[in-house]
Amino acid sequence: MIAQQFDYESPGTLAEAISLLQKYGDDAKILSGGHSLIPMMKLRFASPEVLIDINGIPGLSHIAEEAGTVKIGALTREVEIEHSDLLKKYFPIFADVTKQIADPQVRNRGTIGGNLAHGDAANDHPAVMLALNATVIATGFNGVRSIPIDEFFFGFYQTALQHGDILTEIQIPIPPEGTGSAYHKLERKVGDYATAGCAVQLTVDGNGICTAAGIGLTNVNATPLRAARSEQALIGKPITAETIAEAAKFASEDCNPSSDLRGSDEYKRHCVGVLIKRMVLLAQERIK
Amino acid sequence: MLKQIKLTVNGQEHSLEVEPRLLLVHLIRENLTLTGTHIGCDTSSCGACTILMDGKSVKSCTILAVQANGKSIQTIEGLAPEGGPLHPLQDGFKENHGLQCGFCTPGMIMRSVELLENNKNPTEDDIRWGISGNLCRCTGYNNIVKSIEWAAAKMRGEETPSTEPQFV
Repeated sequence: MIAQQFDYESPGTLAEAISLLQKYGDDAKILSGGHSLIPMMKLRFASPEVLIDINGIPGLSHIAEEAGTVKIGALTREVEIEHSDLLKKYFPIFADVTKQIADPQVRNRGTIGGNLAHGDAANDHPAVMLALNATVIATGFNGVRSIPIDEFFFGFYQTALQHGDILTEIQIPIPPEGTGSAYHKLERKVGDYATAGCAVQLTVDGNGICTAAGIGLTNVNATPLRAARSEQALIGKPITAETIAEAAKFASEDCNPSSDLRGSDEYKRHCVGVLIKRMVLLAQERIK
Repeated sequence: MLKQIKLTVNGQEHSLEVEPRLLLVHLIRENLTLTGTHIGCDTSSCGACTILMDGKSVKSCTILAVQANGKSIQTIEGLAPEGGPLHPLQDGFKENHGLQCGFCTPGMIMRSVELLENNKNPTEDDIRWGISGNLCRCTGYNNIVKSIEWAAAKMRGEETPSTEPQFV
């Protein structure tokens, strides 16, 4: 399959990329890892007139700790996230999620920025970012903006990024001691989109009371979904079979999956409940 | 609008003018006539088009040729010198019946090159996860896993495991 004709630009600096985006407007798309965009172009679901390849721009690929946050450059490949010692130290959830994103060759190319900017509720990082309360940094013609993750996903393939914006970094607050996280998605085969997926991060204090909970769901809503009622069902209480069951029940009620080849609405709601239980237990088990 | 690109393929430099929409796999197969790299699904699922780009295994059906500008590419043809001894992975697949129709084999081997580069002593589980982006519809994978284990042993300089068939 061959994409429609397009022009190709490969800017060497961020400023150059932003001015190219300004110049071409709606006709341009940013090419990062390319493993969502190129397949869409080959199928002619997308036919941008210009591709702006940001892979040659320095300074967009890093994983670093700074002032209580971990900063991940948008061009950081999934494989780098999978093997990062810094991320393993604070966020065991990243080893879970990256291992389930496509396959090793795709993870050698796919980037975390592209995964989020694509705005696909079936992608895995959005739910993780909701659970971790991340902030998305966008750089555009008018400078740098910080977008809280809860204000980032708008609709089907739509995000808060405006034309001329480039997603440049993700910032994640480092959680306090007593925090654990986990992600799992139910998939039919390696590389498939999730039937349902669930990301959990929990903080539990010395008395066993849950002081913070972040729960994100994959592919059971038009946009990546925060399971807000489930979080509230855990916060301020000890993690018990009862509180977990309540969190699971709320999530399966609050999601909006569509029936498709991966399963019926009812089945997916059931899976969400099961995944919440398992991921809360796994996150709790990982608290040191 | 044609773009001028320069890349190294199996140690040889090439300079070409290409359309931006040309896929890397088409450049390799059609412009350079290196047809060892196969096109299976053309949707980045099957791994038959796997090559190494700057040492990383990638699916060349989902990379534009222009993105390979300045890069070093290795294909199955570049793994062993013409007429010389085979690469241990090629030997492994040959000795252990790691292929039947052979269509997936170049991709399996190129993926396994990076796998063994990163992990000299992989477990069976490491290998199965490691080739999870490569599909084989003939073998049932058991002999592919055996072939990679065999090659890993050979590359570590150990005695290679028996190639007698195992019935499972």
